[in-house]
Amino acid sequence: MELVVFVVTALIALVGAGAMLVSRNAVHSALFLLLNFGAIAVLYLLLQAPFLFVTQLIIYAGAIIVLFLFVVMLLGAENDDAETDRIAWQRPVALVMAALLLAEVLYVFIGRVDVAGIAVPAVADFASPEAVATALFTRYLFPFEVTSIILLAAVVGVVVLSRRVSREHEREVAAQMLDLPQLPERR
Amino acid sequence: MVPTLYYVVLAATLFTMGALGVLIRRNALIVFMSVELMLNSANLALVAFAQARQDVGGQVLVFFVMVVAAAEVAVGLALLVAIFQSRNTTDVDDVSTLRGSRGVRGPKAPENILSFLAALPSKKKGTAKAL
Repeated sequence: MELVVFVVTALIALVGAGAMLVSRNAVHSALFLLLNFGAIAVLYLLLQAPFLFVTQLIIYAGAIIVLFLFVVMLLGAENDDAETDRIAWQRPVALVMAALLLAEVLYVFIGRVDVAGIAVPAVADFASPEAVATALFTRYLFPFEVTSIILLAAVVGVVVLSRRVSREHEREVAAQMLDLPQLPERR
Repeated sequence: MVPTLYYVVLAATLFTMGALGVLIRRNALIVFMSVELMLNSANLALVAFAQARQDVGGQVLVFFVMVVAAAEVAVGLALLVAIFQSRNTTDVDDVSTLRGSRGVRGPKAPENILSFLAALPSKKKGTAKAL
């Protein structure tokens, strides 16, 4: 039963990823990526990770995909032009390299490493949200605090980037539309 | 009980598809989505191994990866918007100004640093006219 759920979900994840790669419309790509994220969330549930299941849905399926859709629609970059690569041999070489990478990984994990040998008997609820929280706030407290700095840096970076751009854009528009003297420089 | 190997094979396949997307697509947004796909496949492998080892540390690591991925997407998309506003493109091949004189579409590199400096618009007079 579990195997059936796994196979179906894995197929959905693979189809989502493949369709994201080939679809010409960036909005469709984002939605296929959402399908893939949802399938992976279900796999987390199969792997006894209910906390990560919810986190995956909130962060990836919620926040990140919405951000992607926002930017795609803001830029109006939905449709790709006909793809003519600058470097003609890039695509076949990329396909060959990807096939090689996949073959190598499969060879290592199936032929060389005993993946099944590391398994220990399963305990029910070994990763309940309480257990994850205990680990997060005791053993991994310092990395948890560091993430706050990462998030702060990201917020500041985004504000700085968008501010400067909008200022330059304003000046550009002002220079094009009106014959006003230019806006004062910032700083 | 699904064997851990199946999850690892699935994660490897998803990672390869993500890497392929980075290589063959030229829309910067799709390249970004492919990067997210690779991060997710790595997360899947981590959770699978955490389940095999019955160790909650792997899941905590996945949580941190998600935090970093969220920060990365926010900054990366802001950069993309900035590039789009100044160059009006999301094509990664068109953003090749730093590539030097053999860039296919970029401006030709100056012969030496002096001619480059002479060609620069002076800052005091304002950049609006140059734009």
